Order: sequence, then C-alpha cells, then structure tokens
Amino acid sequence: MVRKEMMAMLLAGGEGKRLGVLTKDLAKPAVHFGGKYRIIDFTLSNCTHSGIDTVGVLTQYQPLVLNQYLGIGSPWGLDRRYGGMSVLPPYVKSKGGTWYKGTANAIYQNMGFIDRYDPEYVLIISGDHIYKMNYDLMLQHHKKKGADVTIAVFEVPWKEASRFGIMSVDDNGGITEFREKPKVPDSNLASMGVYIFSWPVLQQYLLRDEANKQSSNDFGKDIIPAMLTDGVKLNAYPFQGYWKDVGTIESLWEANMDLLSEMPQLDLYDKDWRIYSVNPNRPAQYISPQAEVTESLITEGCFIEGKVHRSVLFYGVEAGEGTFIHESVIMPGVKIGKGARIYRAIVGEGAVIEEGMTVGSLDGKDITVVASDEYIGMNQALQEVE
Amino acid sequence: MNKQLMGVINLIHEPDELEALTAGRCLATVPFGARYRLIDFTLSSMVNSGISKVAVFAHTKYRSLMDHVGSGRHWDLHNRQSGLFILPPIADDMSDLRKGDLYHFFQHRDYFMRSQADYVVIARSHMICNIDLSAVLEDHLARGADITVVCKKQDDHLSGKARKVKLDPDGRVIAMQDHYGRLQSDLVSMEMYVMKKDLLLDLVETSLAQGQDHLVRHAIMSRLDQLQVNGYLYNGYLGIINTITSYYRNSMQLLKPEIWRELFFEPGPIYTKVKDEPPACYLEGGKTSNSLIANGCVIEGTVINSILFRGVKVNKGAVVRNSIVMQNGEIGIGSSIDHVILDKEVQIEAGRDIRGVTDSPFIAVKRKVI
Repeated sequence: MVRKEMMAMLLAGGEGKRLGVLTKDLAKPAVHFGGKYRIIDFTLSNCTHSGIDTVGVLTQYQPLVLNQYLGIGSPWGLDRRYGGMSVLPPYVKSKGGTWYKGTANAIYQNMGFIDRYDPEYVLIISGDHIYKMNYDLMLQHHKKKGADVTIAVFEVPWKEASRFGIMSVDDNGGITEFREKPKVPDSNLASMGVYIFSWPVLQQYLLRDEANKQSSNDFGKDIIPAMLTDGVKLNAYPFQGYWKDVGTIESLWEANMDLLSEMPQLDLYDKDWRIYSVNPNRPAQYISPQAEVTESLITEGCFIEGKVHRSVLFYGVEAGEGTFIHESVIMPGVKIGKGARIYRAIVGEGAVIEEGMTVGSLDGKDITVVASDEYIGMNQALQEVE
Repeated sequence: MNKQLMGVINLIHEPDELEALTAGRCLATVPFGARYRLIDFTLSSMVNSGISKVAVFAHTKYRSLMDHVGSGRHWDLHNRQSGLFILPPIADDMSDLRKGDLYHFFQHRDYFMRSQADYVVIARSHMICNIDLSAVLEDHLARGADITVVCKKQDDHLSGKARKVKLDPDGRVIAMQDHYGRLQSDLVSMEMYVMKKDLLLDLVETSLAQGQDHLVRHAIMSRLDQLQVNGYLYNGYLGIINTITSYYRNSMQLLKPEIWRELFFEPGPIYTKVKDEPPACYLEGGKTSNSLIANGCVIEGTVINSILFRGVKVNKGAVVRNSIVMQNGEIGIGSSIDHVILDKEVQIEAGRDIRGVTDSPFIAVKRKVI
C-alpha cells in the first residue's frame, strides 16, 4: 500500500459544557452553525481541501447524532477504499477498556490505527473551531523548518490572551515557552489546537506520557511542556484569517453574527473552498409577499411570512405572519407562530414558539437560549402535563 | 420495499417545445423549481413508493442526465442489487434513433428479463407531480386491470400538452387521443402506465412484429378493446411541462404556498442532486417578496414574484420581477428584468432593461452575456 505522508486525527469528543442546553444530547462538534453547517464541517472540509484523505475522528461524549451525521464521510469526499474517515470511539480491549482520559490518551489508545497507515506526519486537530485553513501549507512549513512539532498560532487581542494557551516564540519561529491560560501573558500568540507531529517523535512521547501516572494525558498540559523541557524542535506556524472557538453561548452567537457583516472575514461563498456538509433535502425557501428579510442568511426549506433582520435561519424554519426575528440564530425545523417576537436569541432545533410569544429582549445583554424541541406558549404548563 | 414493482422513466420522443431551454439538454434535465430538474419528480415519486429499481431510457442530449443522476446516490438508488440504470439507445446508426420506444425497449429486453419484479410502471419526466405509485399498483391489482393509466382532471392545464382520455362509468378507458385530437374529455393521461412485466414484453414483441413501434400510440391505443385499460384518478397537483408557456406558468404556480407545501412534501419529499451551496444571503438594502430563493443566492437588489436558482446574484439597484433565473445567473447593478427566463450562468450587465410577457417570456440561452 502507498504510504500516507500525513493523516489527521480529529478530536471530536468535546462535551461543550459551556454551551448548556445546546449540548444536552449533542457533542460540541455536532452543534449547528452558519445556517446549514455543523461545527465539525469546517475542520473536515479543511482536510479535504488540504488533500488529506485519511481522518480518524475520535468521539466520546454523546456520539449518536455525530456518528449518524458523519456516516462514512461521503459528504467530505472521505469514503475511500484505502484511508477515508474512521470514527474511533473508545473500545473495550482484552484487559478492559477505558474512556479517553485526555486528548493525548485518545491518540495513545489509537496508535494501532495510525500505524496501519504508517504516516510520516500526524495532524492533530479539534472539531470545536470555526476556521478555514490549508494544512498542506502548514506541512510545507513544518518540513522547511525541519521541525519535530509545528503548532498553528493565532494572534489574539492582548486582553483576551489569558483565556488561551499562549506561546512565546523566538525570531526563528521556534517556540520557547508554552503557558496554558497565563494570568499575565507575555505574548499574544494563542495555540489554535492544530498540531503537526513527526509521527516517531509523537509516538515516543505518547508512550512516555502514558507511563507517567501523574499526567493528565493532555497535549497542552503534558505532551507539549515535556517536549519543551527536552529541547524537541517545536515551531510556531502563524495563521492569518478567521478563527473562532465557539465554546460559549456568546461566542457561538457572535460567530453567527460575524457572517452577517458586509464583508465577512469567513467567506462561505468562496467556490474554491466550499464548506462541505450533509445537505438537507428541502425545497427552495419561500419568502411571502408580506415578508421583509434584511441582512440575514436563510436556508432551504424555510417558509418566511414575517420580518427577519440580522439573523441566521437554518433549514426548514417556518415564521408566520407578523413575526419579528431580530439578531437571532434559529436552528433547523423551528416553528414560529404568528406575531411571535424573537430578540437576540439562539433557538434550538425543532423548538416551537407559539403565536404571540416573545423570546429575549431587544436591549438584553445576555443571549436567550431556547433548548431543542422546547415548547414556548401560553399553555406551556398544559403541554408539560401531557 | 416494493419488490414487485420496477420503474421505467421513458425519455424516448418526449414531446418537447421548450425551445432554447432544451437546446443542449433533454427535457428531463430542464431546471425547475429553483433547484430541481424535471426528472427529479418522477424519480422521487418512484423511490418514495418503495421502488428500488429504476431504468431511465435515455434518448438524445443525455450528457446532462448522466451528470445529474450519477450513480443514483441522491435518490438512494445506489444499492447493491438494484438501483438506477441509464439505458442509452442501442443504435447501429442515427436512423435507429428515430424509431419508437418499443424498439428501444426491445433492444434492452434483457434488462426487463433480469428483473425480479412482476410489475412495471412506465412514466415520463415532464409530468410534474408527487404521487404514490404503490396506490396505483394496489388499484391495478384490486380491479384486475391489464393496464392502468394515471389520469388527471384538468380544467386549465396551463398550456401543457397531454393526451386526452375518456373513461366509461366503470373507469375503463374507452378512448384515447393525442393532444390535438377532438375527443371531448376533461381527463388527460399523465403518461404513467402500470402493467405486468410479461404483458409489456408481449406488447413489445407483438407490436414490433406488426410494424408498430410506439408504446402508447400503437400498442395501447389500438388495443383498448382487447385489453382492460383502466384509469386511475390522481387528485394532487400536476404540472405538464412541454411548452415554454407551460414551463413559465407552472413555475409561477410554485409561489402559491399550498402548492409549494404539496408538491415538495406530500406524500414524500422530492430529492435532487445536492450541491454544497451556503445559505442565501440577504444584504442591506435588498428587498424580496413572494419569491422562491435557493441556497447560495446573494440578494442586494429587489426580487418580486420570481424564482432564483442556486448561486444567483442580484446586485444593488437591480430589479427582478416575474422572472426565473437559473443557477449562477447574475443581474448587474441597476438592471431590471420582467417576465424573463435566464438559463444557467447568464449575465445581465449593469443598466439593462429586459422584458417579456406572460405568454411569451424572454429567454436567454445558457452562458449568454447581455
């Protein structure tokens, strides 16, 4: 078999606790984003566009929706005879099995899988971020610098730097220091959670990390610091463009709103870099004579009879006459009754907002969240009794 | 799964007066309804009726057909044992193409023989509807018919052309004429015929041996007294699309919510080849009203009573009224179009003003720059 130069391991087990009810039955990578996508579509499409055809997707938390969504990877061109997509949940071995204890342990448990393809390099990515990036350019950089490890970094505003894993870098791009969420950051280069490892080097450290009982088996907390101590050649790869961690309600809402600016940084319309996803089969959206739609993204299967302003509507949303949807994200299949008003909210998949109800407020600071399949109406109590 | 019924979509000599829209493609792949091709409706109806084996008898200009249906994946017809077959003409020379559908069925008789199904439904691509064909088969079996033809009462058939059918009080077909005939009847044939596979093969061979080579015109219409041909009345929405006027009028029907909800959803969803288009984007200053908009559109101008296919761009100050703009079309700044059909990838430059009328919409061919 042809040796795979680089394969990807995609960490998709994130629980996404800070997304609250939105991740009640859903892994974070499966959360809806941008009118028709799920978060994981961005990293998977990146792989496709970077020429990576072997991807292991590590799932753990609430994998049902995610597994069904991924299937055999056809939407991303990853249904291959050799390689392609493999979903890798933790499994039971002869001496018993364990959950993935940390990001590094997840890869450790699947070393056998990686060895089947005998790659030179392994790309470690996570399914939690929204960005478009060509990993092949990063690999070129990795080879040119003769690095053992390359970590993609992104310049964040100084005041936010203490929320990220921060790197200090020398003139040559070599990483000199790595600090997870430092109180007083001395750099504003944040790790994007995108790593390229030369596989033999990573292998060695995974084995060592596993033997260390004190380790939390995490890339950021254990593997990278250990490598730095040992003088392994770590290099930073500066990334320019849009990158967003949509780990909180606010950031998820913000990232959706970012798509509505006049020249969005994240261009979904670039024909050379399509974001692939499972396409719902719905007819074209119908905009009625009374409807008013401005500065919004609306997807197939929507039936709009009201006013929509600065909002993102996923497929199959029905908004009756006299509704007003303002600065909100409405997930698939939501039904909104006549005259209902929705301000600054995220409404989960399949929710029903009855006639005349109001969700959120125009000047509210916080984003209001309606859970999937939630019913909001006058006879709410009645419904719950049933 | 409806193992006993197989589907045939017969594209041989489909009546086609769609002018420029079929200059480079067959009728079956004419874009319709903002994201579909005509054949999607027949294909989806078959699949939703549990049919897992469908043959498409391609005839001419079928490159677009092969591109569109591919392996049948989008209709879940790419299973191991059955699935979708495209059967192009087996012709020694071009003159064989002129021969009727029976000749082509005969050339592909192995396909029928290999199939395990006992019954076959033969349909066309230009009858736009969403129909449960298993109900037709049930009716066929219950009434012990030799052939069942699906009919529809048409008060105003929006200028599409169809065969007329007359039934007796028991629902048996007593007369059938081509669209120009003088037969007094408000029933039209939807060109969907259910019969035993063995009867079809018999009709193919017997008719050819008698110098007849058209299934309906010869094999069926001349045997109305020998065979029990029954009518099955269909009550859902039907669009007969074989003229420009009927194409335009039926497209505009989709702007009626009740028709949108019925045709695309009931009894089953209509499937098509999916494209990875992002959601439609409505920019500041744009205005959209009573329109059908597909994904990937970017609207900065005004769109009224219109149908935009995937990836259409309406620039600032442009006004699109009563028009159909197919995939990747672009309307330039300040341009205005009214009663216009733009084929795929047509570009209207800035400041143009183009108009047609309801019965004769202006048509621009694929990739034209105006």
